[in-house]
Amino acid sequence: MAIKEISIGDTSTQASEVAEFQSEKMELNLGPSHPTTHGVLRVVLEMDGDVITKAEPVIGYLHRGDEKLAENMTYNQFVPYTDRLDYLAPLANNVTYAIAVEKLAGLELPPRCQAIRVLISELARISSHLLGLGVYGMDTGAWTPFMYCFTEREKLYTLFEELTGARFTTSYTRIGGVARDLPDGWTDRVIKFCDNLPSVIETVEKLLTRNKIFTDRTQGIGVISKEDALAYGITGPNLRASGVDLDLRKDKPYSGYENYDFDVPIGTTGDCYDRYLVRVEELYQSIRIVRQVIDKLPDGAWYAEEAKQIFSPPKDKVLTSMEELIQNFMITTEGPKMPEGEVYFEGENPKGALGFFVVSKGGGVPYRLKIRGPSFCNLSILEKLVPGHMMTDITVILGSLDFVMGECDR
Amino acid sequence: MILEVLLHVLAAVLMITVVMTMAGYSVLAERKVSSWIQGRVGPNRTALPILSSIPIVGPLIVGLGLFQPLADGLKFLFKEEVMPGHVNKFYYVLAPIITLIPAMTTMVVLPFGQMIDPESGQRIPLILANIDIGILFIFAVGSLGVYGVVIGGWASNNKYSFLGSVRSSAQMISYELAMGISVIPVLLLANPPGMEGGLSLVNVITSQDSLWNFVLMPISALLFLICLFAETNRTPFDMAESETDLVGGFHTEYGSFKFGLFFVSEYTHIIVGSGVFVALFFGGSNFLPWLPNPWPSGIIGGVFSVLWFIAKVVCMIFLFIWVRWTLPRFRYDQVMNLGWKILLPISIANLVFYIIAFAVYEKLIN
Repeated sequence: MAIKEISIGDTSTQASEVAEFQSEKMELNLGPSHPTTHGVLRVVLEMDGDVITKAEPVIGYLHRGDEKLAENMTYNQFVPYTDRLDYLAPLANNVTYAIAVEKLAGLELPPRCQAIRVLISELARISSHLLGLGVYGMDTGAWTPFMYCFTEREKLYTLFEELTGARFTTSYTRIGGVARDLPDGWTDRVIKFCDNLPSVIETVEKLLTRNKIFTDRTQGIGVISKEDALAYGITGPNLRASGVDLDLRKDKPYSGYENYDFDVPIGTTGDCYDRYLVRVEELYQSIRIVRQVIDKLPDGAWYAEEAKQIFSPPKDKVLTSMEELIQNFMITTEGPKMPEGEVYFEGENPKGALGFFVVSKGGGVPYRLKIRGPSFCNLSILEKLVPGHMMTDITVILGSLDFVMGECDR
Repeated sequence: MILEVLLHVLAAVLMITVVMTMAGYSVLAERKVSSWIQGRVGPNRTALPILSSIPIVGPLIVGLGLFQPLADGLKFLFKEEVMPGHVNKFYYVLAPIITLIPAMTTMVVLPFGQMIDPESGQRIPLILANIDIGILFIFAVGSLGVYGVVIGGWASNNKYSFLGSVRSSAQMISYELAMGISVIPVLLLANPPGMEGGLSLVNVITSQDSLWNFVLMPISALLFLICLFAETNRTPFDMAESETDLVGGFHTEYGSFKFGLFFVSEYTHIIVGSGVFVALFFGGSNFLPWLPNPWPSGIIGGVFSVLWFIAKVVCMIFLFIWVRWTLPRFRYDQVMNLGWKILLPISIANLVFYIIAFAVYEKLIN
């Protein structure tokens, strides 16, 4: 009796009594090596039965110190490191990085070079979204779309190999241009690929878009409101799925994106299903851009010819002309000559806005280089997004955010 | 007497051999069909020295991967028997055995063929044990398989395994209800009033001589099929091993031959389940609906009917594989909702409908 009297007056005792009747929480460690984490993300989950009550992402398993490394090498030497940021769309990273540094140097690029960069950025977007869709299907348990998407992506990689010499880590751009011009007949093969791609996307859509199990699994799951999306700095398809019309290709055009006609798909609810739909539509829009670029691909120089102290000239000129030989020697040993100053540039990458903040004190080496990885910002909402969902939903949420740990951990 | 017992043992051994071989080749079919669906090649280079050097046939069977199950099985046998340090050793070893035994036991009451006695002209069902409780035996023993999953998940002492086993045990128990109720109309039809009846599947097959139950009660068939997918833990109901979130589910900690046993028992479940489904709704070893059985009397006719039955089962296995590589997976609570809120009410309504229909039909006839 006495105990009961105390508990009536004392609210803290009451709270602990209530807690006694709640079920025991279980801590579950998801990752860093786990099939759903698409790399080395680790999430520490607190679960009440099958419902997640707390999710704490632990990152840093793929940290290489890219930003510090950049301070110890010339601007061009850093290009291969950008491949390894979002390693599913290395070409787009190359382009964004090159544009950031060129902005620092105040370089104007010839139209052909700009067009080539738009072309490869969009092909990188197609490759990244194809994988994103396929893996997303796999996360819901449908394996076959993954294989269909992967087959197309391999075809794309063969095209990349022809263009850059590498399938995966392309390192195609240089400050002031690209590594080499487009090979003969390459654009025809790209068009052929683009002719075939829509039928494959339709097949995947037939398997997923109106599938009752798929919609049950994804609709209303992982809803990111407009306000949350903006507050957490989410960018890219994930932001647009939440209904925010922000696409840097449209709003802050770079590399001549203003010359091409394309639509920006916007979602309404911001759930996992919307993020899927936005990615599918972006694939079609990217195909549209690729066709337009190839249609009006300008002739002329494919690198900034007047930037003698920045872009290393082609090999045949180096071997035949004294001036170019000296130019090549200086750029290779000291790096491209950059003015003092600092610049920030963001490009619309497949995963979101990839930003480079470059501080230069002159010379061929950046004083400081800061990378804004879209996957890092997109994952920051995980702690808010996951609790309240079932254990199985976390695979769908992670799949729909479509992140890459190489970029998140840098 | 002794001869008879020996004959029975021989038949049992033969049946186990056939089902185990079919299980092995179902794995191959799974791999091969999935690769065809996905535009891949699949296993195509396992070869045995002499057989593969036969001119035309050799490359063909190598290309189809017909030696692959052999290599898979040998791999399971010769792998190191790893016992993780944190498991409960007794139950850890027991679980795969408990999973396999019920799967193998249920086929005892499965009629796999029929034979017409050349002397008396009577039809003899080919079955290991024609016991009265037939279908009840299948349900009772078949549902014991869930113990293997539960014990395996618990003994592994791993949170993923534990979650997988909890999910799959809840699912298997839930779907048994709808499954059992959906079968009752079939048994009602097989045992008309005034006749000496029984729950043996032989009666069910005899009642399907002219018309298959699939035509007469399609909803029952559909319900049973859905529950069968859930009972055998196949996509879209493979909660137990949803590999994207639970890594491997209840068999995450298992390796070598113990994993092989889980694997084989999964496919044995599918084969026996397909057999039961064919017997209940697709006429068992009967030829085609509305057609008399063309099997000649004697042993040859029996062999034909067995082969015909196996052909039907193989079609069912293909359906299992086809669905797995087409559909995504349900979420655990959706599986539960489907089982309790949709399938169970439908199966009860279905049962009530057929009870009334049979009663009215009975009245009209008399």
